[in-house]
Amino acid sequence: VRITVSINGVRYEGEVEPRTLLSDFIRHDAALTGTHVGCEHGVCGACTVHVDGEPVRSCLMLAVQAQGRAVLTVEGLAGPDGELTALQRAFTEHHALQCGFCTAGFLMSAEALLRRRPDPSEQEIREELAGNLCRCTGYEGIVAAVRAAAGGGGDRST
Amino acid sequence: VAGPEVKPAPFDYAAPQSVADALGLLEREDAIALAGGQSLVPMLNFRLARPALLVDLNPLAELAYLQRSDGTLRTGALTRQATLERSELIESEWPLLGQAVRTVAHPAIRSRGTVGGSVAHADPRAELPVALTALEARFHLRSSRGERSLSASDFFRGPLMTAREDHELLIEIEVPALPEGAGTAFVERANTHGNFAIAGVAVVLVPGEHAAIALLGAEPVPVRAVGAERALVAGASAAEAAELAGASAQDEYRRALLTALVRRAIETALT
Repeated sequence: VRITVSINGVRYEGEVEPRTLLSDFIRHDAALTGTHVGCEHGVCGACTVHVDGEPVRSCLMLAVQAQGRAVLTVEGLAGPDGELTALQRAFTEHHALQCGFCTAGFLMSAEALLRRRPDPSEQEIREELAGNLCRCTGYEGIVAAVRAAAGGGGDRST
Repeated sequence: VAGPEVKPAPFDYAAPQSVADALGLLEREDAIALAGGQSLVPMLNFRLARPALLVDLNPLAELAYLQRSDGTLRTGALTRQATLERSELIESEWPLLGQAVRTVAHPAIRSRGTVGGSVAHADPRAELPVALTALEARFHLRSSRGERSLSASDFFRGPLMTAREDHELLIEIEVPALPEGAGTAFVERANTHGNFAIAGVAVVLVPGEHAAIALLGAEPVPVRAVGAERALVAGASAAEAAELAGASAQDEYRRALLTALVRRAIETALT
């Protein structure tokens, strides 16, 4: 099946099998390897991207289902000059990552939360991020980073 | 060519543009309907499901709606859980559904997951079937051979089993208006927020008039705690009714847990 998907504003065309997962299309066909693939059954959240503005697990969507849709991956967060967003800077400042495998998923989930609720409570942050697993940090740094980015406001949008 | 990155077994894929076309395709042997995919795609990835044909319902906008007509809520089966969660109509008229859907997995799951998918998948630990059981919902099925409509007790048959035949599609879920003055609550216990619940309860209550208590975790299907409901209407306390509701659980832990949850739900519904 021939598909065309917009990823971070760029058109990607590809020939895929119906069984190709969106996560694999992003990594193998579009060569955007910032999106990580962990459990591949919707538990770990590492592969979270946005599709038409909503956070989704890219391992639980077929690539053919993204035909004509707009996908945002972690590569699409930073500015064109590579300048990190306030959320990304907060992750580095608050030790919100160690090995970094889960980070793209956390950033995309947190970004979705902050777009919907610019000033979430700590409880809301924790509930939103409960769908993402991190084996290094113990989560405290991640929650602190999202709180800081929310408090910082302003220049988060991309 | 199948590369190492391919996980599901091969299948034919169809994205019908009308319900009638979808029903025609579902007549084919080994065809499976794909809704939000939050349960089916993991099963495909593990190759636990190996359909010959995947019928993708996602283009069927005619199945994605939430509307009130003559006081009744009509929910198209393809309505996203996130839509239910954000609906003002649900918030004001059927708050129990909003309370329940917020406990379903995580935001990135609810953006894709559908109300009908959750119902048709019938996981014994799913929240929406339990809330819909307390709300006395009816489930409308359609196939190219006809239509039928079932109550929750007729629809849910066992773990991951419903009365739906392979060639049938769940089209709509109909929820009657809440009784005048009803309070509602959905309470569950899960190990972490968004995880599958160990036990839970949905309550619809009008003191002295109406009580519906549906249990999650007592049996492999949602069940009404009929004895507790009758006692509550007859004037039993929350603690007494909860004791009756919990008694149906299979083991001591679940009995204690359900009793505590039912009591909390009744007290919440009353405030």
